Amino acid sequence: MAEAHPVGFQYVVEAKKRGAKVIHIDPRFTRTSALAHSYVPVRAGADIAFLGGVINYILSHEKDFREYVLAYTNAAMLVHEGFQDTEDLAGLFSGYDEELKAYDQSTWQYAGQGDEGQEEGASHVDRETASGLEQESHGPPIPADVPRDDTLQDPRCVYQVLKRHYARYTPEVVERLCGVPQEKFLEVCEAWTSNSGREKTTALVYSVGWTQHSVGVQYIRAGAIIQLLLGNMGRPGGGVMALRGHASIQGSTDIPTLFNLLPGYLPMPHHEQHETFSKWIDAIRHPGQKGFWANAESYAVSLLKSYFGDAATKDNDFGYGWMPRLTGDHGTYRQVLDMIDGKIKGYFLLGQNPAVGSAHGRAQRLGMANLDWLVVRDLFMIESATFWKDGPEVATGEITPETCKTEVFFMPAASHVEKEGTFTQTQRMLQWREKAVEPAGDCRSELWFFYHLGRLLRERLADSTLPRDQGLLNLTWDHYVPEGDEPSGEIVLQEINGYNLETGKLLSSFTEMKPDGSTSGGCWIYTGVYKDGVNQAARRKPRTEQDWVAREWGWAWPADRRTLYNRASADPEGKPWSEKKKYVWWDSDAGEWTGYDVPDFEKTKPPSYRPPEGATGVEAISGDDAFIMQGDGKGWLYAPSGLIDGPMPTHYEPAESGVRNPLYDQQANPTRKIYDRSDNLTNPSAPEAHTDVYPYVFSTSRLTEHHTAGGMSRQLAYLSELQPEMFIEVSPQLAAERGLEHLGWATIVTARSAIEARVMVTDRMRPLRIEDRLVHQVWLPYHWGHEGLVTGDAANDLIGITLDPNVLIQESKVGTCDVRAGRRPTGAELTAYVQSFRDRAGLAPDHKQPMTTVDQATLDASGAADGSSDEDGDS
Amino acid sequence: MGVKTWIEGWPVYRQLTGTDPLGRGAAAQSARSKSLTARTETADSVAKSVCPYCAVGCGQRVFVKDGEVVQIEGDPDSPISKGRLCPKGSASKSLVTSDRRQRKVLYRRPYGKDWEELDLDTAMEMIADRVLAAREETWEDADADGRPLNRTLGISSLGGATLDNEENYLIKKLFTAMGAVQIENQARI
Amino acid sequence: MAGPNSFYGPLDPAPDAGYVDAPPRMGFFTDTSVCIGCKACEVACKEWNAVPDDGFNLLGQSYDNTGGLTANSWRHVAFIEQPGSSSGGCGGGCSSGQATTTPGAFAGLPSGPSASAHSAAVASQTVPDTGTAPGIGPAFDALAAAATTSSILDKSGSSQFLGMPGSDLPGRTLDAPREDFRWLMMSNVCKHCTHAGCLDVCPTGALFRTEFGTVVVQSDICNGCGYCVPACPYGVIDRREDDGRAWKCTLCYDRIGDGLTPACAKACPTESIQYGELDELRERAAARVAALHEQGVSEARLYGNEPDDGVGGDGAFFLLLDEPEVYGLPPDPVVTTRDLPAMYKRAGLAALAMAATAVVSFLGSRS
Repeated sequence: MAEAHPVGFQYVVEAKKRGAKVIHIDPRFTRTSALAHSYVPVRAGADIAFLGGVINYILSHEKDFREYVLAYTNAAMLVHEGFQDTEDLAGLFSGYDEELKAYDQSTWQYAGQGDEGQEEGASHVDRETASGLEQESHGPPIPADVPRDDTLQDPRCVYQVLKRHYARYTPEVVERLCGVPQEKFLEVCEAWTSNSGREKTTALVYSVGWTQHSVGVQYIRAGAIIQLLLGNMGRPGGGVMALRGHASIQGSTDIPTLFNLLPGYLPMPHHEQHETFSKWIDAIRHPGQKGFWANAESYAVSLLKSYFGDAATKDNDFGYGWMPRLTGDHGTYRQVLDMIDGKIKGYFLLGQNPAVGSAHGRAQRLGMANLDWLVVRDLFMIESATFWKDGPEVATGEITPETCKTEVFFMPAASHVEKEGTFTQTQRMLQWREKAVEPAGDCRSELWFFYHLGRLLRERLADSTLPRDQGLLNLTWDHYVPEGDEPSGEIVLQEINGYNLETGKLLSSFTEMKPDGSTSGGCWIYTGVYKDGVNQAARRKPRTEQDWVAREWGWAWPADRRTLYNRASADPEGKPWSEKKKYVWWDSDAGEWTGYDVPDFEKTKPPSYRPPEGATGVEAISGDDAFIMQGDGKGWLYAPSGLIDGPMPTHYEPAESGVRNPLYDQQANPTRKIYDRSDNLTNPSAPEAHTDVYPYVFSTSRLTEHHTAGGMSRQLAYLSELQPEMFIEVSPQLAAERGLEHLGWATIVTARSAIEARVMVTDRMRPLRIEDRLVHQVWLPYHWGHEGLVTGDAANDLIGITLDPNVLIQESKVGTCDVRAGRRPTGAELTAYVQSFRDRAGLAPDHKQPMTTVDQATLDASGAADGSSDEDGDS
Repeated sequence: MGVKTWIEGWPVYRQLTGTDPLGRGAAAQSARSKSLTARTETADSVAKSVCPYCAVGCGQRVFVKDGEVVQIEGDPDSPISKGRLCPKGSASKSLVTSDRRQRKVLYRRPYGKDWEELDLDTAMEMIADRVLAAREETWEDADADGRPLNRTLGISSLGGATLDNEENYLIKKLFTAMGAVQIENQARI
Repeated sequence: MAGPNSFYGPLDPAPDAGYVDAPPRMGFFTDTSVCIGCKACEVACKEWNAVPDDGFNLLGQSYDNTGGLTANSWRHVAFIEQPGSSSGGCGGGCSSGQATTTPGAFAGLPSGPSASAHSAAVASQTVPDTGTAPGIGPAFDALAAAATTSSILDKSGSSQFLGMPGSDLPGRTLDAPREDFRWLMMSNVCKHCTHAGCLDVCPTGALFRTEFGTVVVQSDICNGCGYCVPACPYGVIDRREDDGRAWKCTLCYDRIGDGLTPACAKACPTESIQYGELDELRERAAARVAALHEQGVSEARLYGNEPDDGVGGDGAFFLLLDEPEVYGLPPDPVVTTRDLPAMYKRAGLAALAMAATAVVSFLGSRS
């Protein structure tokens, strides 16, 4: 956190001055560790084992916040009888389909749901379309009423299921698997549990060190389970906080430029799942389910009204027919492989530098070299614009300017001070930026570029009667430029906020949205950002003139709530859990929820409210259902729906690991998204042979002094001088083992490529003892490429494409490699050098990584569980 | 300049006649030093902005003089950052004023060995032509079972996460309406 | 007005330099116990003062690639990697305050030889060339290089004193398992001494004392004679290669004159660099040391805060977590012009004597 978010870290320093204990868990000792009370080294890729150990500690010592757990989580709910755990199936859950490498999740659901199972192959489709990024209600529906056992004794209740699942995650196992000494591990458990409860809360902060794994989503789930068990969710000083790494990366998923999402986490239509408008709507709102997603039709229709205006009518399903359809995985990595295969003609890069910043740099560059045309919009000349001229493949002869057909347009972009607009920062807060100066020369904003591109396309197609062009022609588009030629950011933000189309007034809340076409709104969760006709994101009341929640600075979605699910900061009766931690509470005299924040609950629904029989949607949310977006109103210790790879986080080894999974026969995530191709080979992983060819564990991350792929830092002298060269951090022990000299050169090799880096021998890196062997870890920053004031090899060239199945994020935080002293070969010799390692590792071009490593009987048992459960359900 | 002023301009005169006989302070202060003032104080305008690097969302004040950015520093009013900035945020002025920034459209023709300059409007027209051609060439009306697809897989886009919400909104709106689905962002990476 | 302590001893420097009704003396208190080594101070300083970059050199001194304070780096963040034994270990956060009950940062891990001493020696070029290192210029930090012995690690690779910042002090060589570790960081800056040698020797009046008690080079006066460079007991002031003039921290003289905070202190994310009235900063610092001592960080101490030290106290002083030498700071700096009045006095007497002799001989010749 101190490394990548120094200004955010000021609050950790402040908390520490006030007596808070700071614990830092990281494979290497960083600037954050330097200020922490306790530093805990851990093997990269083993965090679920660590967190599972904490869960086991909490459950076996009954350290959970029982009142909170009973009221606000699904601990008491009963799980389907057919459910089989990884304990029973050597690391698989019930329902594994060997063919599709995906689960039928029918048996993961709550009791009594067996006959409402998943459609065949649905889980596979969900993986292809990264449905984990969608709204909370993706996946099979959840019934409003689930059988419970409030004594938590029933062996099928979530609490007991969880307890059994994690029983083997003991301190001894954590030590053997993560390399964390038991004493240290117990120190963390003790600190975490003793600092949680009525009077105290603990915050959990993570970043892409957790997400960029083949089990990335389950890492976060594991953290969330702990925070729910300890009652740290929805309360001040608690929570699970993603420290996001780019100015508006949160905004980029809220108002996504992602293939599988529409604004507000609505799914992009899928040709089968969402063939018709009503199927699309029902897939989101799940009729019969609890919660605010029940109003999905209002959100979806309002979006279509914002897109197509008057042309969107009830008769034409509000223009749903003009929307394009997904057929599967169209993610950025799928695209790159398709580019290599010549399937894609044109590519827009908008402030993005995949030649350095995306996994498998060589594949990225080879893909771009095989396009018809490429548009690069950036502030500086970046590697992704010059791959044809002086990229690494030009050196190896794989790309030559004479044979590379890609036409490249470099379009200079406007900087953040040369345009107006909002960024959404890491806590969902929108902040408006004023324009300071006009952009110089040909520099233009994306708003300008896309407005005018759209204008040109519409002009060219103006006379078309082809059905395919009608969506484009019916777009509301001409109103963005009231004067001059620059679109107005305010007009766009107002469109995002949405209007009452009958009165022409801006909406103040998404609860005003209607499914009948009388409202518009480009992103329902952002509705209210223009409440009362005022740009709320531009609010800048000085912090010294308001209270500690600072609600008059910017605007946070949804509905300006600063802490999500804050109903949980009060007990089931609506009283604060403690005076010290009071935040939002029920004022029985006024008959409403009140407090420091906007209550994340219907304002006048009393704690005692119980829904009538058969209620659905918002009406079905009980007065103590704090988690109002969940289908059952509860925080999920166990996910009965929506996750591809299991209802509970389970330790799987990374896709590349020399360590055999000590907990289960199943080595790695059996549902991970893989692309086995000759140009995307994966290093051998246990139990495969030859793991010793790539014997070391590597991880990559950022330095304080640089930003991502370096496009905004390696071009600046004042940042370049602070970290001028690509380097690798190694322990003294590894340096001795491989003959590496401090400040000398090292070559790092994987099945994809070999790069060179200067050597930094440091005590901050230490080998760990895993099982009975010493495991060396090395660390690399990933900021360098071949353009800029300071240049160097790109760490991402080492990384292959293996993805998390829920959201299709790449596993780039852990892999295996070899490290050799000296510089790498150049030219064609580099290719031969990398090949020589592949040969030794037995990686033929058609090498397939084993997805399952359990015996056939287990596979059969897991698959069979599906059939037997259906019978159970019927009986 | 009067003779008196001229003589008083001599540090030695000031040293011998003033309160600083050792000539290490007041007497040694040059006219330039005396007239120094912070350029933030003399700026023509100040824009309230937000740092473009990580997602903490630190407040920035952008000081402008004669149409040029002369300083960017932390906004002390911000409850997020309290006026502080990290090294990257502190380098924001270099980021926006750097002479290494590209300010001209550049074009590399197929099989070309170097960049050529291109007029902005021409480039826009050329890009529009290519988008329509790629779309035409790869258009899919329906799947094998006749279900609508209404899309092109011939066009891809990858956006950075330093784009504004308004920009992302327009990008998604336009691409979706033209049938391009392969629209991605750093948020996946 | 000048007084008896004008060259040595406790003094409020601005009134002494002729400022009538001088404002309170302003300065920096740099609390290294909360420094995260982010280098925002270095960048913010350069952006405000348009200081040129200092070259793109990987120095290998942990994360320090600035090397030291130079004409082109007016703030410098030092990084010290410090392995420790387990006895009394206090985890990675020894540096900033907690009881000594938690296990050391690397407690229970496979132990082995330390890197920091060897790495420091390589970084300062005091080990023979191994052949794999490309041509690196000589070490930047003159103090560090001077302090480094030519000894290298023995074959067993055990830690051995090499005299570098980032290594151990004499007598601290570890034999016990290296179970603990500290990573110390400190943002160094011109000390704006009460008695500033650089100022005293400046023949042109380019260096002067401001009304805030700070010491500033006036670039419109400086002729690049360089007398100030050896006069600084901290090795701070330095000349630029291109124009030869001397440059250093001005404590943002142009900003503080308008009531603004200097650029580095304004940017500092963790309030490691604090700017304010020196008297108030000294009180704050004393309280912080007391608080740290209470938390068991007995090694916390102040540096440069004593008005009766060799430079009359620093306008920019520090809270350190180890001996000053560890950070590359001189343990007992003395203003190089301490004896200037005495010397002038003797020189004056000698001149008088010579004049008298001349008069006498003149008179004598007449007689």
